[in-house]
Amino acid sequence: MTKNNEEPRIGVYVCHCGTNIAGVVDVENVATWAKEKLGTQGVVVSRDYKFMCSSLGQELIEKDIKEHNLNRIVVAACSPHLHEKTFRTATSNGGLNPFMCEMVSIREQVSWVHTDKVIATEKAKSMISGGVARIVHHEPLQPMSVPIHPATLVVGGGISGIQAALEIADAGYPVHLVEREPSIGGHMAQFDKTFPTLDCSACILTPKMVEAGNHPNINLYTWSEVEKVDGYVGNFVATIRKKARKIVEADCTGCGICQEKCPKKVIDDVFEAGLGYRKAVYTPFPQAVPNYPVIDVENCTYFEKGTCKVCEKFCPTNAIDFEQEDELISIEIGNIILATGYDLFDARKVSNYGYGRLANVFTSLEFERLTNASGPTGGEIVLRDGKTVPKSVGVIHCVGSRDKNYNEYCSSICCMQSLKFAHLVHERSGAEVYNFYIDIRTPGKGYDEFYLRLVEEGTNFIRGKVAEVSDTARNSEEEGKLIVQVEDTLVGKQRRIPVDMIVLSAALEPRADAKEVGKLFGISCSANGWLIERHPKLDPVATMTEGIYIAGCAQGPKDIPSSVAQGAAAAARVIGKIQKKEIELEPIRASVIEEKCSGCRICNNLCPFNAILFHEDRMVSEINPALCQGCGTCVAACPAGAIIGTGFSNEQVLSQIEGLLMLNIEAAATD
Amino acid sequence: MSDKPKFAMYWAASCGGCEIAVLNIHEKILEVDANFDVVFWPVAMDAKYKDVEAMEDGSILLTLFNGGIRNDENEHIAKLLRQKSKILVAFGSCACEGCIPGLANFSPIHEILGTAFSTISTDNPDNLRPQTAFDMPEGQIRIPTLYPVLRTLDQVIDVDYYMPGCPPESHQIAAVIDLVIQVLQGKAELPPKGTTIGAGNSTVCDECERTRNMKTIKEFDRIQFSQTDPELCLLEQGIPCNGPATRSGCGAKCPSAGAQCIGCYGPAEGVEDYGARLISSFASVIDATDPEEIDLILDGLVDPAGQFYRFNLAGSMLRASKAAFKANGS
Repeated sequence: MTKNNEEPRIGVYVCHCGTNIAGVVDVENVATWAKEKLGTQGVVVSRDYKFMCSSLGQELIEKDIKEHNLNRIVVAACSPHLHEKTFRTATSNGGLNPFMCEMVSIREQVSWVHTDKVIATEKAKSMISGGVARIVHHEPLQPMSVPIHPATLVVGGGISGIQAALEIADAGYPVHLVEREPSIGGHMAQFDKTFPTLDCSACILTPKMVEAGNHPNINLYTWSEVEKVDGYVGNFVATIRKKARKIVEADCTGCGICQEKCPKKVIDDVFEAGLGYRKAVYTPFPQAVPNYPVIDVENCTYFEKGTCKVCEKFCPTNAIDFEQEDELISIEIGNIILATGYDLFDARKVSNYGYGRLANVFTSLEFERLTNASGPTGGEIVLRDGKTVPKSVGVIHCVGSRDKNYNEYCSSICCMQSLKFAHLVHERSGAEVYNFYIDIRTPGKGYDEFYLRLVEEGTNFIRGKVAEVSDTARNSEEEGKLIVQVEDTLVGKQRRIPVDMIVLSAALEPRADAKEVGKLFGISCSANGWLIERHPKLDPVATMTEGIYIAGCAQGPKDIPSSVAQGAAAAARVIGKIQKKEIELEPIRASVIEEKCSGCRICNNLCPFNAILFHEDRMVSEINPALCQGCGTCVAACPAGAIIGTGFSNEQVLSQIEGLLMLNIEAAATD
Repeated sequence: MSDKPKFAMYWAASCGGCEIAVLNIHEKILEVDANFDVVFWPVAMDAKYKDVEAMEDGSILLTLFNGGIRNDENEHIAKLLRQKSKILVAFGSCACEGCIPGLANFSPIHEILGTAFSTISTDNPDNLRPQTAFDMPEGQIRIPTLYPVLRTLDQVIDVDYYMPGCPPESHQIAAVIDLVIQVLQGKAELPPKGTTIGAGNSTVCDECERTRNMKTIKEFDRIQFSQTDPELCLLEQGIPCNGPATRSGCGAKCPSAGAQCIGCYGPAEGVEDYGARLISSFASVIDATDPEEIDLILDGLVDPAGQFYRFNLAGSMLRASKAAFKANGS
């Protein structure tokens, strides 16, 4: 009997999921068993069906509710993450409260993790028995709505983040765009040309950067990082640390005199990839947005030695402020898009390719800077000495990717990037180019055409994984050259190819701090370290945490068109949310039974959503249902059992356990 | 035989403190005598089991049963008194949740006997163990058979009411007796069956005068090694006080006397497992994220079994150790 003295009438639905479940679990047997053995628990209908999630499967539930007067539904299928909503909707369409439906995961927790059919079938029964015992104690729940804050936080000012920010801002909603570096632009700002169209990267990027910088709906926080995130979808509060620029932004005109006069030269490891210099007060590149500089306190002579202040002396608007400190800014937002990008694989790890040891071995990013018209060589492709034009160049694909020693995944852009490099060498120096590849992968629009163009341009394509790059000459021809030792698998023999310059197409890797970022925003990373999407095919920009979206290379290696598309997609999702104005929250909430609360205050500082309030006058704690996210932390902590978690009552959980333990699976296994 | 309603009190596996608590109601005991005919109370008067066996079923109005069920004699009398009583109260912590005798459930029976009969100070060269039956020239003599685990009263018989405490506070006993007398006089009604009587509905904190703030614990310490602020919540000072999880009713006697609550009034209403609940509560307020630091803080709880399950092991979800269960054959 249920709480309100209603006789439970339960429908049990066992899904085959094609062969996903039925291949391991004897689903017909399970369905018959449930009807026979769980009849005393209130099961009146029990069926198996090929695809419960199909419209026919859902209609089956709706029809049974009406015909058999069911008041509770148990669906044994995949995981609630995938289809709880589907079956709650079907339950609701049948005329019941959607929360009178319980899902039992016999795919993820049974068929996918067991091979023994007997045990798997018994386990499926046991789990259904638990689900049936639990659903008896379910009560109708009403979802609650809260307003959505119209502002969005976009983390990362690369092309993906810029695109997302612009889309949302153009739709008329405020955006806070946070970038760690002094300027937005990301990796794309470092490139000269983009494949396969060979558009000038700066020409297509800078207008967007400027637009983002000037947009009335975009608050730009560069040289800033998100430090803390509280709240939940629709109502997040983020704390942004605005690192001290030592420049008063309001007074700075971006004239550049400080950079000109600064006596301290520093190797630029970030934007120039170590190939060029910047000053201790700098903007990373001339088109930087915003265009006011940053003082690098680690290298600034004043901060090192206590004297200098040349920049302050020359600044025409007195915008230099050596005393400026970090600022913590708290912002309210409804949704968050993470477009935090990638790090380049450290090519030094592949020691046999000699990067860091052999001067004329370059990484892809270094080569991008070499070819960039505003780069350290003005776009001249020259050797490390800064003047010699190479007569031959070798481009090695898949450095650190598709390699069991480093990353098994394909970095997706390296083939096209390496082809672009070959083209730029042809164009700028007329040198001979060798591309060493494992497979050529050109699946994008216009990509394979670009490959054919490179073949026609006379690039030498050698299929084989390079064993070694060395400077040990075996003959006069190899003297003074870098020798690429490679098995040419098409010809079927070992080759030694002497070249003047090597470019390593290094893998894209997750940001070094991707895990911490995931933790900060409450989402997870894959085994490789990329931020995980909600569904790899059907929900690529959402995450398991409502209100948090991902875009661009933070989600996995991708090219510019895909990064832009993801930025726009994430923005569209967010705009859709904002336009609804309200968001329906699951009614899974905690509440305090006031008479039982003795005000011990154990729960008071546990709530991650700050939903617990303590009333000093009455000495009781109270939970704000709009802030509560139903995580259950306080429910578990309350020593007096005075906090109740809707949907997770003692009765529900304990009866589910009892139901689970009804069958002796061990005994079935030994039969 | 008077026509006054009949009263009985019995002790099974217990220490006798409950009986003393009843006597400790002072002159109120005279009201018991005035209103009831005491028919069976081994500690206070002479009576034989066969006298009880001879009574009519349901002829005793009120039985206060203290002690857990440790042997076949306990079980026999429990079942007998159930049969003979209208209202049967599990009286005191032992009957309600096992209490100190229940802690023996951590050990299988041979270990318990070993502790009693094979210690260094015991002169038992032949390593003898008590036998349940022994033939003497005069005939066979018997002692009760020890069970592998101690059970709470309601694990053996149907119980009408629960009265917690080790022992129940005298003022609570007096109040319950008052209530029964009022019911007899038709001035009050009995609470629903299964109710916990003679106790409060919240926790010890509710009755504790100490000031409470948010809790962040960096270190647990035993009270005998600690200088505590007499005004401030003991738990906040790192003293593992069980007050937040323990049912109110005692008047927060221990915390007001400067000692931490050890939990004799059992779990708050609706709590399934006192120990588990308290463990998750204490764990929640530990102010550390580093696993090693957390371990170090937990080392301050030197006797977890005694801290969390001192009074309620037999009545908890654990009930007994696996070894003790195995000896039970189930």
